[in-house]
Parts: sequence; C-alpha cells; structure tokens
Amino acid sequence: MTISNSLRSQPDASGHFGAFGGRYVAETLMPIILELEKVYRDAKQDPAFEAEFEELLRTYVGRPNPLYYASRLTEALRAGAEPGKGAKIYLKREELNHTGAHKINNCIGQALLARRMGKKKVIAETGAGQHGVATATVAALFGMECKIFMGAKDVERQKPNVFRMKLLGAEVIPVISGSQTLKDAMNDALRHWVSNVHDTFYIIGTAAGPHPYPELVRDFQSVIGKEAREQIVEIEGRLPDMLIAPVGGGSNAIGLFHPFLDDVDVKMIGVEAAGEGLTGKHAASLAGGASGILHGNRTYLLQDEDGQITEAHSISAGLDYPGIGPEHSWLHEIGRVQYMPITDDEALASFQKLSALEGIIPALESAHAIASAEKVAPTMDADQIIVVNLSGRGDKDIFTVASALGVEI
Amino acid sequence: MTDRLAARFAACKSAGRAALITFVTAGDPTVAATPAILDALVSGGADIIELGMPFTDPMADGPAIELANLRSLGSGTKTKDIFHLATTFRARHPHTPLILMGYANPMLVRGSEWFADQCRQAGVDGVICVDIPPEEDAELGPALRAAGIHLIRLATPTTDAARLPAVLNGASGFLYHVAVAGITGKQQAAQAAVEEAVKRLKAATDLPIAVGFGVRSAEQAAAIGRVADGVVVGSAIVDIIGSHGDAAAPFVQEFVAALRGALNVNSPHFRETAA
Repeated sequence: MTISNSLRSQPDASGHFGAFGGRYVAETLMPIILELEKVYRDAKQDPAFEAEFEELLRTYVGRPNPLYYASRLTEALRAGAEPGKGAKIYLKREELNHTGAHKINNCIGQALLARRMGKKKVIAETGAGQHGVATATVAALFGMECKIFMGAKDVERQKPNVFRMKLLGAEVIPVISGSQTLKDAMNDALRHWVSNVHDTFYIIGTAAGPHPYPELVRDFQSVIGKEAREQIVEIEGRLPDMLIAPVGGGSNAIGLFHPFLDDVDVKMIGVEAAGEGLTGKHAASLAGGASGILHGNRTYLLQDEDGQITEAHSISAGLDYPGIGPEHSWLHEIGRVQYMPITDDEALASFQKLSALEGIIPALESAHAIASAEKVAPTMDADQIIVVNLSGRGDKDIFTVASALGVEI
Repeated sequence: MTDRLAARFAACKSAGRAALITFVTAGDPTVAATPAILDALVSGGADIIELGMPFTDPMADGPAIELANLRSLGSGTKTKDIFHLATTFRARHPHTPLILMGYANPMLVRGSEWFADQCRQAGVDGVICVDIPPEEDAELGPALRAAGIHLIRLATPTTDAARLPAVLNGASGFLYHVAVAGITGKQQAAQAAVEEAVKRLKAATDLPIAVGFGVRSAEQAAAIGRVADGVVVGSAIVDIIGSHGDAAAPFVQEFVAALRGALNVNSPHFRETAA
C-alpha cells in the first residue's frame, strides 16, 4: 500500500515530480506520449507483462546478480580511518548483466511496451554506446528494426561499440550537428521520432525525457533496489545505512534508491561528474546548473543566463550530459538524496583501485561512485553498511583510461 | 492595444488572399544584418513576421533552421539583442505583426512574466513555443495572456479530433497547422491532406488557420493559400540567408515577392486588375 505522504508515489497525474518532469514536447509527439502512458498503465496491471519481464531478466539478462561484500576495499579504507571507523562496502553487481551494465533492464521493459503498441521499429540515442548496444540487443531479441543515433565524435571514440551494434543488426547513424555528442544524438533521435511516430518506438536510455519515460524507466530499473534490499536483509539481517550510485541521467541510481525512499534511516548519495572540477568543465547539473527545460522535461540543466545549454564534460561518456532525470532534481530539492561531485581524476584513481583490490574493473561511471564511497566510508562506523551500485563493467573504458594515464595500448 | 494580427488577417481576407507569414532566425547571420533582412521581408510583401529565437538544441527543426540557430548563436546573439531587434522593427513597421517563435528554455529562463513583459514592451504580437504543449500551459500561457500577447498553438497531423479541443483551449491569434508530422524543412505535405486538415480545423475554430512546415515554392504557397488563411514559409528563406549571409536581403526580398505574387493570383481583386 502506498501511504499518502510516501516519497515513492511520484510523479503526480500530470507527470511532475514536484516542480520537475512534465511533458515538454512538440505537439506532434503529444498523442503518442499520451498513448504510451495509457499502454504503460495497462501493462502495469497485467500480470502477464510482469511475468514476461521477470522471466527475461532471469533467463536472458542473468538476474538476480549478486550483492558482493568488497572486503579488501573495506579493509583498505579502514586502514586509513580512525579506530572503529570504516563502513562495510557492498557492491551491487549490475556489471554482471548481459551487455555489461544496468541499461539492459530498461531496454527489455521498453521493448515489451513497443511490442504491446504494435511498433516494429525502435530507435535510441547513445553516448558511449552502452545504451545503444543494449537497445540493439533487445531489438535482435524481439526481431525489431533498430536505428541508433550517436554523436559523430562518439562514433569515432567508441569504435568497438559501434561494431557491436552493427553485429547485432542495428544501423548506427552518426550525428553531425551541435557538439556531436550525447545531447545532439538525443536531438536527432527526437527529430527522427517526430517524423516516424506512426511506426517507431523511442527507447530512451535514462530516467529522463517527457512523462511517462522517467517513471517507467525508474520502474524497470527498480529491480536493482528490490534485489539489493532482499539481499542485504538476507546477508546482514537489516537495511543498509547508505546507498551510493553514479548519476548521469540517473537511471541506475533511481533504480537503486526508489525502493528505499521511504526508509528514513537509509541515506543516499548520487554522484555527479565534476569533470575537471566545478570551476572548470564538468557535467554536474545539480551542483552547477539551474532549473530549465530540455528534451521533454523540466529539470536541472547546465545553461547560461539566456537559457542556452552549455556543453558538459566528463571523462565518463555515460555521465557527459548537461541534464539529469527530473526525479533526482526533486530528491535534491527536498533533501532526501545528497548529491556529491567527483572529478575525472578521483574517478580514474578509483577505477584503478577497485581493479587492483577486488579484481573488478568498473565502468568509469561506476568508478565515480567508488570514489564517493572512499570518501564517505572512513567517516562512518565500522558496523555500518554501504551499498554501492556497480552499474557497469569497465572493459569499454580501457582505451580512455590508458590515454588519460599516458599509456599506449 | 490594437490587435495587429486580427487586423492583418481581416485585411488579407477582404483582399481575397491568404496572409504571407515568413520566418527568419534572429541574429542570422548576425544581429547587425537582421534589420535589413526583416525590412526585406516586409518590402517583399510579407504580412506577418515570425522571428525565431535561436536555441542551442532546436529539436523540432531540420538542418536549415538548425544551422541558422547555430550561425546566430555563433555570432554572439543574446536574448536582449532579440528584444532590441523587435523594438526597432516595431518602430519602423508600426502595423506589421511580429511573432517570436522558439523553445521554452530561453523564453522561461528569467521567468514567464519577465518574458511576457519584454514582449509587450517590444511590441511583439504573439509567441509560438514549440515545446510547451497545452498540458504545460501554466509555464507560459497565463503570463502572455495577462500581458495581452497572443499564444499561438500548433496543430499537427497527429492532433486528432479528441485532442483538438485541448489545443484550441487557450489558443489565440491564429492556429498554426503543421502540415507534416516531422521537423521543419524539406518534406512536403500532399495538397489533399492539407485541404482536408484545414477543413477539419475550420469546423472546430473561428481562428484563422495558417499552414506551414515544408512550404518551399511559390506554387505550393499558392495552392495552400487557396484553402488556408495564411501560409508560413521558413526554411526556404533561411536557406537563402545561409547562402548569401550578410548580403542576403535583396535575395530574400526577391523570393518573398515571388511568394506574395503567387498568393495575389488567388485574389479576385488581383485578377480584375490584371485583366
């Protein structure tokens, strides 16, 4: 049962999370967005929909993935902490999913909705290519035609993922407009959608965009938090004290946080990409942005005084976006979640540290969350518990990291 | 305040022709070059001017207008420059309706009341905001109405009979029929579909109906002008500015005159005088 003052009952009927969210799209797209909302409401009530989603997550994605106690990381941080300090760090192993990240959870759910709406073509935007690969994967699984919009610069930087998408049968369309990165890929995906709305479903990759996308992406990703909750109770007999997850658009973070929002004793940190630092080029929309409207929703954005969107920067392509999902903007404003900026250099250090200490190469996105845990754990008591979302694996990032470290591969 | 939009549509109607509505992006290629281009639109015979507010992320626009946005921002156009262009246009052309068209974020960044007040002071008659559908009217609609500025709504091929009342509720000035489900630019709507849509819209509202998106030639403008109250031409003009830059004004004027000539042919008065 949802209590009336629950933090888990957002958005409201018009798709707003407090002052954020909403449906800011061209009139051409309004009818399909309203239809999607109706189809999603029906699907939520349909036990067969949920059963098929869960079955695919189990047999195709490989869920549930483990909650792993990172004892060597925990001990290493305790060694530098005051006596009695240094919380236990658990990792939610989303990187063990098929395709190597949390993205696939959402893609399965949206592909099921596309099929329910009778759409045989899907499109998606992608930055580093992780969401593109996940979308191309489910398109292959469901026998759907797939187009992936990707900034021309990212096509050049992420050749292995471009090849993966093509192997999976997708057409990769390089976007040459604007800064030729993720936000421009999203612009062109929207342009394509508005012109092909009759037969095409847009699989948005994060918990952002016009209502109902932030809600349905969150719901599909909430499997992360639901599993983590059961697992930690089974292992430790109680809820964690702290959750930490990286936030670009914020789908893995909201997926972990949402099932815990009403548990007032569970604190939460969303980790924003501070790039070269908040005074330089960064991608921290909450720490360095203001409320505005882009890509279908009202949310915090990096923008100038005239409302022009400014370019984001992060070493992690998945966090390199000038906005954030609207539910995070709301959770930030009401103070339920604390958002912490982590720089490129801090993330790079944690990327190496987790690899060497635990034998797990994290995605650069996830490395931001590890860096945050490294700061927070030593300030907490040794009997306290942190769950960090290890949202993706780092194989895709080895070229970027090598180049940042001055190593030639 | 005299309603310049209503007066102009009435004048065109009594002349027996559709109104010619032309779009250019403010500050394309530069703020300094824009007044001459606006004057060329008027001299060429445009009835109503749509002045685009450039945005870094013009999601509803095709390549022509997207490039115009980037040219404008690249040359340093600021929001205050756009209102200055509007103010000086109003001084030079006291009777030609001027509409600002653009995206929500630059309009709302200082608050809707600030924006509506700037529009009122600059003599702007109406606003078209691409990404504020009726569902989010509260963001901009109330402030514009309080300031006496028309909020011009868009109806599209996907706006069905069930949805149309929502679009019309709060719409004023005219109704902008987007002829193709898509972005601004090259796709062309079938004439039969345009006629069908205009008929459907006219049955639902007394507002004048203007048709735009994909109207590129004098022939198309003439055909649409036979059924609609207004014809909007944007990308084709913006392409001329893209090609000629600072020197675009005379080329713009020549093209607009050709469009206007094609619309005049529909007019019974014009036929009489021509005969």
